[in-house]
Amino acid sequence: MSFETAYSGIGRLDRLSYGDTVVHRLDPRAKVAATILFAVAVVSFPRYEVLSLLPFFLFPILIGALGDIPAGFIAKKVVAVSPFAVFVGIFNPLFDPSTVAIAPGVSVSAGWVSFASILVKFALTVSAALLLIATTSFPGICRGLRRLGLPALFVSQLLFLYRYLFVLMEEAMRVIRARDMRSFGKRGTGVRVFVRIVGTLFLRTVERAERIYGAMLARGFRGDVPSMRRETLRPSDAAFVLAAGCFFALCRFVPVPQMIGRLVRGLAG
Amino acid sequence: MHMADALLSPAVGGAFWAGTIGTIGYASKKLKEHLDDRKIPMMGVLGAFIFASQMINFTIPGTGSSGHLGGGMILAVLLGPHAAFLVMASVLTVQALFFADGGLLALGCNIWNLGIYPCYVAYPLIYKPLEGDGRSPQRILLASMASGIVGLQMGAFSVVLQTLLSGKTALPFGTFLLMMQPIHLAIGIVEGFVTAGVINYVRAARPEILDSSASSAPLAVGISLRNVLIGFVALAIVTGGALSWFASTHPDGLEWSIGKVTGKGELPEQEHGIPAALKSVQEKTAFLPDYGFKPSANERKAKEEAPSWPNVDAGTSVSGLIGGVLVLAMALGIGWTIRALRRRSAP
Repeated sequence: MSFETAYSGIGRLDRLSYGDTVVHRLDPRAKVAATILFAVAVVSFPRYEVLSLLPFFLFPILIGALGDIPAGFIAKKVVAVSPFAVFVGIFNPLFDPSTVAIAPGVSVSAGWVSFASILVKFALTVSAALLLIATTSFPGICRGLRRLGLPALFVSQLLFLYRYLFVLMEEAMRVIRARDMRSFGKRGTGVRVFVRIVGTLFLRTVERAERIYGAMLARGFRGDVPSMRRETLRPSDAAFVLAAGCFFALCRFVPVPQMIGRLVRGLAG
Repeated sequence: MHMADALLSPAVGGAFWAGTIGTIGYASKKLKEHLDDRKIPMMGVLGAFIFASQMINFTIPGTGSSGHLGGGMILAVLLGPHAAFLVMASVLTVQALFFADGGLLALGCNIWNLGIYPCYVAYPLIYKPLEGDGRSPQRILLASMASGIVGLQMGAFSVVLQTLLSGKTALPFGTFLLMMQPIHLAIGIVEGFVTAGVINYVRAARPEILDSSASSAPLAVGISLRNVLIGFVALAIVTGGALSWFASTHPDGLEWSIGKVTGKGELPEQEHGIPAALKSVQEKTAFLPDYGFKPSANERKAKEEAPSWPNVDAGTSVSGLIGGVLVLAMALGIGWTIRALRRRSAP
């Protein structure tokens, strides 16, 4: 992933998060809670489970559709981060060769089933996490985390990081562009040059932090980042978490696909 | 080497989340005791700096492949362990959200692997004693190398443990270890070299930054081995509690995963090489020796009775396949309909 694509990827997610839809208007805490419940429900399935996981796709699909999030963009990002899960999962077919019948006359090795299970879980959890940030502004998530009891120091750390992320990434982008224009092929991309670039960037960062601190002092900073916004959980937020929780529990404990399949076969026969 | 949600079980993810949240609370509390306000914007902006510098890649000498910075050690040296840990935790949180590196459940594991080892183990126990008075570039290089390598080795080992305890992979322990550790040895050497380079550069250009971070932060020396050990014992208890609870209520807990990895209920005895050495270390350090590696009789029964995938009869599996395809089609249909309706209603 080149620097520029990564940068524009973050920027696009960030812009999406300031949309105004049903999903965006939900309280950040409700969305964080639902996403975590979702992740726990999905990963709690045993490792040979594939079919029972499929109903869970309804959650990211609904959030994406109601939140007006482009599906292709999320799908591309999911694929882009998949290497580690694929790398670990691809060994399952090698080490778990006992065969299972997945349909009459069709058998595959059990390892392929568990590999498919890892991939489905991966797609579900990653797309849910991406949709959380695409439908919730980062400051909103930080306020939610603060309300959920995380230390104020850590939350203000997150807010500062977010505030200066784009500034410093642009600065780094200019540095890289300058380096690339002065180097041919791999010349100039070695560790020595890198160390100097990072060192310079660090010193500039420290000086920037000192100026920021001065500016904040002038505006009455006393070690805390207060927020004027008062947020109360509305009934719709509670209803959302409750509905999501019930849906996850249903899909976790009831084999929905098998039941629908049996029903359809019953109707057909 | 970000851990991924898909490879985790809820028990392992939850246990590491508990440990990580506890450490965030501990670091915030410690930091508040000695903090001057100046450090708050500094930490935030340095988090953004780590993020930005991770995106600048460089060519690793001799290989032609490109690497980038991890950052935990640089932060620990420049800010002290508590501040560095909070910065790393925030960087990893933003990465989990914006890049989906890992996922929400795995975030606890990732902060643990990439934050705690460099900041609370490698820095106080290896970097500090080795750097001496911090004036000699050679000693800084030595200290950075050693602590960079150890930090990353522990992180990589931790990824292996978390994956295997979760039982989603069929990789044997030894094989997985042999794949992860050497790669991270190479990464650790590069990380150590870069860390030393940046620290020496900063020392040459603005030495007062390093001095002030060391003097205004008694945390750097204030962290004692005792606290580290207490933290580890606490985590061990949390982990043990969560895992044993899960193992006894759920057949696919620890026993099950180890049974699957090794094909037996217990870890094989009398092996040679790394696994054997590790096992002897494990036996010496185990807080409850021999617990959790021996399925009890009723759990063994539960394992046999549990409906397993390979034994479903053909009729059920056909129903499942049809139903699964239908469910997926319905979900996609609902999403597509909502999108179409919204597009029509939009001006």
